[in-house]
Amino acid sequence: MFEALFGRLTWDSIILVQEFEDPNLNTFITAGAAAMIPLGGALVVALLFWMKWWKPLFEWLTSVDHKKIGTMYIIFAVIMLFRGVVEGILMRVNQAVALNGGFLSSDHFNQLFTTHGTNMIFFVAMPFLIGLINIVVPLQIGARDVAFPKLNQISLGLTAVGGFLIMISLLVGEFSTGGWTGYPSFTGRLINPGVGPDYYILSIGISGIGSTLTGVNFAVTIYKMRTAGMSFMRMPLFTWTALCTSILLIFAMPPLTACCLMLGLDRYLDFHFFTNDMGGNLMNFINLFWMFGHPEVYILILPAFGVMSEIAATFSGKRLYGYVGLVAATMCIAVLSFMVWLHHFFTMGQSTTVNAAFGIATLLIAIPTGVKIYDWLATLWGGRVRFTTPMLYLCGFFVLFAIGGLSGVILANPTLDYQLHNSLFLVAHFHNVIIPGTLFGVLAGIYYWFPKIYGFRLLDGYSRITAFFWAFGFILTFLPLYQVGMMGMTRRTVAYEDPALVPWMVVSGIGSLFLGLAFTFVLLTLWRSVVNRKKLMVPLGDPWDGRTLEWWTPAPTPEWNFAVLPKVDGRDAFTEAKAKGTAYRPIEKYEDIEMPANTYYGLIIAALGSGLGFGLVWYMWWLAVICFLGCIVTVITYAFLPERKKTIPAAEVREIDEAWRRAARESRGVTRDDECNEANQGLARPDIITNP
Amino acid sequence: MSAPTGRSLHPGLNLGEEHGDDHLEAETSVFGFWVFMMSDLVTFGMFFAVFATTVPLACCPGPKELFDFGSIAWQTTFLLLSSVTSGMAVLTMKQEHGGRGACTKKLVFWLLLTVLLGCGFLYREVSDFLSMAAAGGPPTRSGYLSALWSLVGLHGLHVTAGIIWCLVIVAGVLVRGVDRRWKLALLRWAVFWHFLDVIWIFIFSFVFLGGLL
Repeated sequence: MFEALFGRLTWDSIILVQEFEDPNLNTFITAGAAAMIPLGGALVVALLFWMKWWKPLFEWLTSVDHKKIGTMYIIFAVIMLFRGVVEGILMRVNQAVALNGGFLSSDHFNQLFTTHGTNMIFFVAMPFLIGLINIVVPLQIGARDVAFPKLNQISLGLTAVGGFLIMISLLVGEFSTGGWTGYPSFTGRLINPGVGPDYYILSIGISGIGSTLTGVNFAVTIYKMRTAGMSFMRMPLFTWTALCTSILLIFAMPPLTACCLMLGLDRYLDFHFFTNDMGGNLMNFINLFWMFGHPEVYILILPAFGVMSEIAATFSGKRLYGYVGLVAATMCIAVLSFMVWLHHFFTMGQSTTVNAAFGIATLLIAIPTGVKIYDWLATLWGGRVRFTTPMLYLCGFFVLFAIGGLSGVILANPTLDYQLHNSLFLVAHFHNVIIPGTLFGVLAGIYYWFPKIYGFRLLDGYSRITAFFWAFGFILTFLPLYQVGMMGMTRRTVAYEDPALVPWMVVSGIGSLFLGLAFTFVLLTLWRSVVNRKKLMVPLGDPWDGRTLEWWTPAPTPEWNFAVLPKVDGRDAFTEAKAKGTAYRPIEKYEDIEMPANTYYGLIIAALGSGLGFGLVWYMWWLAVICFLGCIVTVITYAFLPERKKTIPAAEVREIDEAWRRAARESRGVTRDDECNEANQGLARPDIITNP
Repeated sequence: MSAPTGRSLHPGLNLGEEHGDDHLEAETSVFGFWVFMMSDLVTFGMFFAVFATTVPLACCPGPKELFDFGSIAWQTTFLLLSSVTSGMAVLTMKQEHGGRGACTKKLVFWLLLTVLLGCGFLYREVSDFLSMAAAGGPPTRSGYLSALWSLVGLHGLHVTAGIIWCLVIVAGVLVRGVDRRWKLALLRWAVFWHFLDVIWIFIFSFVFLGGLL
């Protein structure tokens, strides 16, 4: 009876119980992490009751507004980033004292690097970027929403399912120990029959379907929802990178879905896709995984490139240099990204010819990336450059990302890769592109667009300190890893015996504490900014003298984005309108606006998906079957329910829009000197522009 | 939405201007579904690729012992005919449901005929699977059989989903009439159903014919 109900879930599966059975520092850490789940949950529920936030919470969770969905993606990513950073610190601090064995058990260490990688890629970097894309793209192309708002909510729901599974694995059972790439046979049933790999497969498999749908949604949004006059070559660069990312999501997620399905069939139904015997071939998994995995790298970096393009233009008060080149480079990278996957396993037995071909293809990617870097540098040249927080991130990116890219060029050479593969050199390389690339891009983007969506700027001082902590922490933590990698230290090693490694590992461990501090400062910045929001308000909506359509709305942007959809007749349409003095002209005619109403669709799918995943992991078949059927019934039911829309009357739109336009015409605005002062109300006054 | 209604707004069959706004609304919806189909095509491509790397093992029965070519010919016939009838259903909708109040009987007839043919396909496919298992070729025996079962099975699952979807559309047009929602659903479902035909042609050529050669 118990087994029918709970499958293979037993009392001992709960991590907190294990702590009492075998108390030591290692189990204390796992128990502490496990305790975070119920404690954190209880804290959130208590806060919701205390602040009476239940109603607004459901208002948000059922919303189909792209700005709210984007925000929820980012909040989700910040929560997951907290876990990822803590795990990173644990591993680096353990390594600092791991000469002849640290305080973590090897199994715990294996779980840490697996969850750290899975979590950071799928539940931090991707939601961060998809969140930004959600918030910004409809505004930049002059649309009121995405093409399929309900589908957008479902994508968020499926991402949340993955997050739920990886989080609950802290408390119940264990996560995979096979690394974020999850290679069989190590993740096969023969070697690892536990729940870990099942958590892994289901969390990334289910959230991967959500990402595919996001790709479809944004590709269609960008193809079909652009406002009048917004031709492809007039789209802002961030939208271009979002389009390329969407295309990559559409074509790169299916291989992940396929290899998760196959590994699942191997584990659950005793198939022989990747087993060592009976004609299975684990190289198929590795090929499929990296057919997803390499484009994934560009899914992570392209939107960050887009953010950097926007920032370079805006904060130097100049048109983006080499727009066409940047678009072409983005497309080149997107196409090339599908042709290089094999460089992730040069040492796994291909012929030298094949390795050379993929090595050259990999080297080729450095060309469009180099074009981009030079374009951004040339954009700054002769501009009205302001060293605001995003500009600090951009400068850090210029230097540090270039180092990361160049170490990638080193690894792209198969002969060198034979020496460096599977070493900490590789770990240093990909952190060196993901942190100064993706993370800096995301943080710069959040600072840049935050006032647009929430109506107030983030505190400048705190943000700058945060940026410096990230850069400093990154340098201390990861540059030593290049050195120890070249000294031969392999990645994913819990302990080592060579005393020569110790100084480097100590520096790296200290550096990781700075990264923890940097994360704390992200939260601190947010908190202090919310407290001081009255002084930071930018109601007129254009705090940075922006160039693209999203700045042509009040801040915070109303739900309908644009009272009247703007017409575009060039790149940087808003800048041109400001130069001509027509940006805030009164509008004669307003019309009723129809917006999709809130729906529980995504929330229901998320709840059922979580049940399905949890049921499958623990062999609670009844739960899995009920939840799966529940999903089908939900989809069919919603197919019959009438489409609910809410209409915003023209009078209400007029009131808000006219007030904003009048205030903008009456305000004097600020020059770029006062950009980060309280005087900035979100209206830009013409400034000395050397080269417009 | 000021696009001229005369031209084709999305790949595949368009509703046409006599459907007014329904035609315009179809642009985003059907185009989006085509994009999703491209993604699904890659999923099938991965299963094809894995299948292509496997070889039948000596331990277990191979294509010659497992494939019943007569049954496969029947499946192909059923599926190709169902593609024709699904096309008739969409053409009926395009031609007779531009205005309001047209009779839904003809449309429902073609849809149910499609479902029937789809069920015939599934019946033969499932009985083939059962006889393969009985002949010593279940998917757990070898990598080749795993890849075979999952590729053909994935297609079969898609057909099952297509049948359920079609029945939902039938219920929809009977309950609510052929309104915009069900027109767009029908257009997307038709893309899906033809797509499954194309996949089947590849399975037929590479898996079955290729296996028997």
